[in-house]
Amino acid sequence: MIDWWLILDKVILVVVIFVVSLAIAAYSTYGERKIAAVIQDRIGPDRAGPWGIFQPLADGGKFFFKEDITPNAADKFLFILGPSLFITTALMTSAIIPWGKSFFFGEHEFSLQVADLNVGILYLLAVVSIGGYGIMIGGWASNNKFALLGALRASSQMISYEVPMGMAIISIILMSNSLNLREIVDMQQGFHWNVFYQPLGFLIFLICAFAECNRAPFDLPESESELVGGYHTEYSSMKLGFFLFAEYINMFISSTIIACLFFGGYHFPGIDSLGLSPNWAAIVSICVLFAKIFFFIFFFMWVRWTLPRFRYDQLMRLGWKVLIPLSIFNVLATGAWLTFVK
Amino acid sequence: MSQLLFFSLSILTILSALVVVFTRKPMYSVLSLIVCFFTIAGHYILLNAQFLAITHVIVYAGAIMVLFLFTVMLLNLNAESDQPKSGKLRIAAMVAAGMLFVTLVASIKSTTLGEFSLPPASDNGFVQHVGQRLFTDYLLPFEISSILFLSAMIGAVVLSKKEKH
Repeated sequence: MIDWWLILDKVILVVVIFVVSLAIAAYSTYGERKIAAVIQDRIGPDRAGPWGIFQPLADGGKFFFKEDITPNAADKFLFILGPSLFITTALMTSAIIPWGKSFFFGEHEFSLQVADLNVGILYLLAVVSIGGYGIMIGGWASNNKFALLGALRASSQMISYEVPMGMAIISIILMSNSLNLREIVDMQQGFHWNVFYQPLGFLIFLICAFAECNRAPFDLPESESELVGGYHTEYSSMKLGFFLFAEYINMFISSTIIACLFFGGYHFPGIDSLGLSPNWAAIVSICVLFAKIFFFIFFFMWVRWTLPRFRYDQLMRLGWKVLIPLSIFNVLATGAWLTFVK
Repeated sequence: MSQLLFFSLSILTILSALVVVFTRKPMYSVLSLIVCFFTIAGHYILLNAQFLAITHVIVYAGAIMVLFLFTVMLLNLNAESDQPKSGKLRIAAMVAAGMLFVTLVASIKSTTLGEFSLPPASDNGFVQHVGQRLFTDYLLPFEISSILFLSAMIGAVVLSKKEKH
């Protein structure tokens, strides 16, 4: 017997999450330019609509109308596969995120999580680990030295920073005794946010999130002063748009993961003492989660316009010689604390 | 339903494995091997072993194949740079493949295909059960294999250090 209500729920939820992810990614580009403008004492985009709020629509339209160029020596199939794969993996992670408390329509419960996997956090690591393929395939298929260098940088950076990221997640798993993302979030109810118990783990995870998203100060795969455009040098039109768009989706998803793992997800202190009906509590919890997400998206942009780019050897040294030993120490310390003190 | 999933996954697995062997471009070999690993992870999910499936994707598709792809990209292997094989190598390859063929035929002949059925749904593949078994019944092999990995890592570091002198 197939539960049609369940399928309908999930279809609605998937479509809503998809649209919201794309809208937030589009408006992050606007936010990025406005924040850069504030930091550099400029005005930023202000031509399209009041305060330039239609700028992302104009940018998106421009991407569609630009000429789509495929280099002669490129591998045609892989050249298209690269950006498609990159944006697909960027959108895949949102499936396991608990976006808020459940809605209730009479007897029917509408859960705000697409898939409640009991290995949820490992699914996250799996998607992160295959996320580099889009860049690698795209950079290689372009048949361009700069693109290849960018792709090599991206993949080695992603492999290196996956290790401390996984270790930071291990210390969270030790704290919560569960791999299920909803259980990890619910454990932080009240003000028991993991960031207070795992400050070192949070710092490591944050740095790795920057590196995995290829964001400044770790944007070496596309550092325009050395590699023209890095892995997307040969791309134009909407294929380039996909690469740039996926970067913003990745940033949105990483902010969500940071909020869920370390800042209590959709919980905030005192949410239960307000005495709200379940549906209102659900709406409030969604708003709380998005407030946390927007803060971290802002933080990503703030860092980009404040810090200079790392050199490649500095990046590798930080990953292998600083973050990995620190994260191993963090796992051991967490284990010792849980065994002997608690 | 699960029969249909099983057969479509199996066809995909075999097709992608064949592409790995028959394609002339190393890049396509690597990519179809990744597809092959994903379909095998799908088989694990059909067997209700979610933990194994996800770990399989993380370790094989996520880590090992990235290194494969890395090597192929660095070496820039093409169909054009593929040297024609010498006569001795061809004969050796034919003998080896023939022996493998005989072995495979013999083993297929001696097996009897039973009725196909998926095992009953159980939670043996869940992470709690896997962890419990690993740290009670299989503790010694588990620890020994981790020491093996550690020594392999140290060995790789030592080898790469030696070349610098």
